[in-house]
Amino acid sequence: MRVPLSRLAHARSGDKGDTANVGIIAFDEKDYPLLAREVTADRVKEHFGELVKGKVERYELPNLGALNFLLHEALGGGGTLSLRVDAQGKTLSAALLRMEIEA
Amino acid sequence: MIRIANGQGFWGDWLEAPVRLIEQGPIDYLILDYLAEVTMSILQKQKAADPKLGYARDFPPLMARIAKLQKERNVKVIANAGGVNPVACAEEVRRVAPALKVAIVLGDDVFGRIDDFLGDGLAMRNMDTGAPLITIRDRILSANAYIGAFPLAEALATGADVVIAGRCTDTALALAPMIHRYGWKPDDWNLLAAGTIAGHIVECGAQCTGGNCQVDWQSIPDLANVGYPIIEAEPDGVFSITKHPGTGGRVTVDTIKEQLLYELGDPKNYITPDCTADFTTIHLVDAGPDRVRVTGIQGGPRTESLKLSISYSYGWKAIGTLVYTAPQALEKARAADQIVRRRLLQLGLAFDEIYTEFFGVNACHGPVAVPVDDPPEIQLRIGVRGQEKKPIDRFTRELIPLVLNGPPTATGFGEGRPPVREVVAFWPALIPRDRIQTTVEVVE
Repeated sequence: MRVPLSRLAHARSGDKGDTANVGIIAFDEKDYPLLAREVTADRVKEHFGELVKGKVERYELPNLGALNFLLHEALGGGGTLSLRVDAQGKTLSAALLRMEIEA
Repeated sequence: MIRIANGQGFWGDWLEAPVRLIEQGPIDYLILDYLAEVTMSILQKQKAADPKLGYARDFPPLMARIAKLQKERNVKVIANAGGVNPVACAEEVRRVAPALKVAIVLGDDVFGRIDDFLGDGLAMRNMDTGAPLITIRDRILSANAYIGAFPLAEALATGADVVIAGRCTDTALALAPMIHRYGWKPDDWNLLAAGTIAGHIVECGAQCTGGNCQVDWQSIPDLANVGYPIIEAEPDGVFSITKHPGTGGRVTVDTIKEQLLYELGDPKNYITPDCTADFTTIHLVDAGPDRVRVTGIQGGPRTESLKLSISYSYGWKAIGTLVYTAPQALEKARAADQIVRRRLLQLGLAFDEIYTEFFGVNACHGPVAVPVDDPPEIQLRIGVRGQEKKPIDRFTRELIPLVLNGPPTATGFGEGRPPVREVVAFWPALIPRDRIQTTVEVVE
């Protein structure tokens, strides 16, 4: 059954230069293995399409039931250079939660 | 146990927060974070224009407002409000709140030492691009080293009521009182990591107490009176995060987890001037209403380098907007965007980037946005950026004419043409730790 990630997780995103980070957190820590299996760096890269020009890296925090993604070249130059409304990637958390996974 | 409260997540955060923290319950330390990466360049310019400026100007009036209560309750304030001029900041605090003893931390500002560093063969390469600093030497506007918690703890040891620093890390503000009160040593890596992570949790103010929280957000009580975070720190590195009773917002494992993930890189290797902290060792427990207990934190040695925060003049940018309404709002906005781009091309103007967003359709989420069918209105938003000011200025005159000479039903031009803004860019680099010496001075 395919479900949107927003059913299983919440998230927060921020910036460091032209790199955005999106952390996703399982509502229930027992769903963490499912997130770790389904939400791979490749799938996140594919999900964001042209919004993320560079690579996507993934880090695991099983102690928090969380995964942290670094989205490189994702903020139109980042900081003060960016011409985007969401120059700091504040809303990318919600965008990632729209991804559908097999649960 | 000591209580460390954060009343300011950035310069421009809620002015009432620090006042309420000191009024509404017991705290021992009030920390205030004023500096973002680009803030330093603005302050450096202000100082160049007036040697009495260059610090966070909201800070002295706040001190005047809370001085009496601060003395009565023996609360110590630690703030990086000094910017590029901690001396002037301290003098102004002394002028408006003469009862307060003020200590300042100096040594982070290396704006005047850049040529010495270059002369000694330090390349100060951009950590993102690898380019050496010499390529932007003549455009540098400010240069500061991020300093850690130990100089701040040294300042607290003078018995000051207020400690004013320049570019210290946000986490150092919270860690410093723990070092001061508990005598933690420079190689107590697990303790320093615990204090650092406590600092990371509170550094964005209410973002760990219910602000910007996605979990059941409609049910979070009374955000109008949101309580800012308080660390209850114990000598063994265990701490709790809470807020004053009766305030709005919420502190749960969920709100703390969200903030732990905020602006995080490699969780096993969170680098500060004081230590490296391992976020994969954090253990969180709900410990009562609006209270989360944090245990288990481990850390490792500090690195041999300190990070430099250098800002430089990059060029100029402008962002112009127009609003189009249904029917076919998106088609109209797309057509207008094409017309602007063609006119800019015909003028022979070159930009480093032209970027268009259709606000109301895909501005924030791009290709991931929820598809919409003929939205009632859309804001066309075109931005340009370049090294020269003239083409940017010319661009700002190209939007309003479209109201009469472009696709139908354009509006939202009431603000006139958009301002041309200087772009100050950030240059992160490293420097050997031994090049930075800090000193503490008491301002009487």
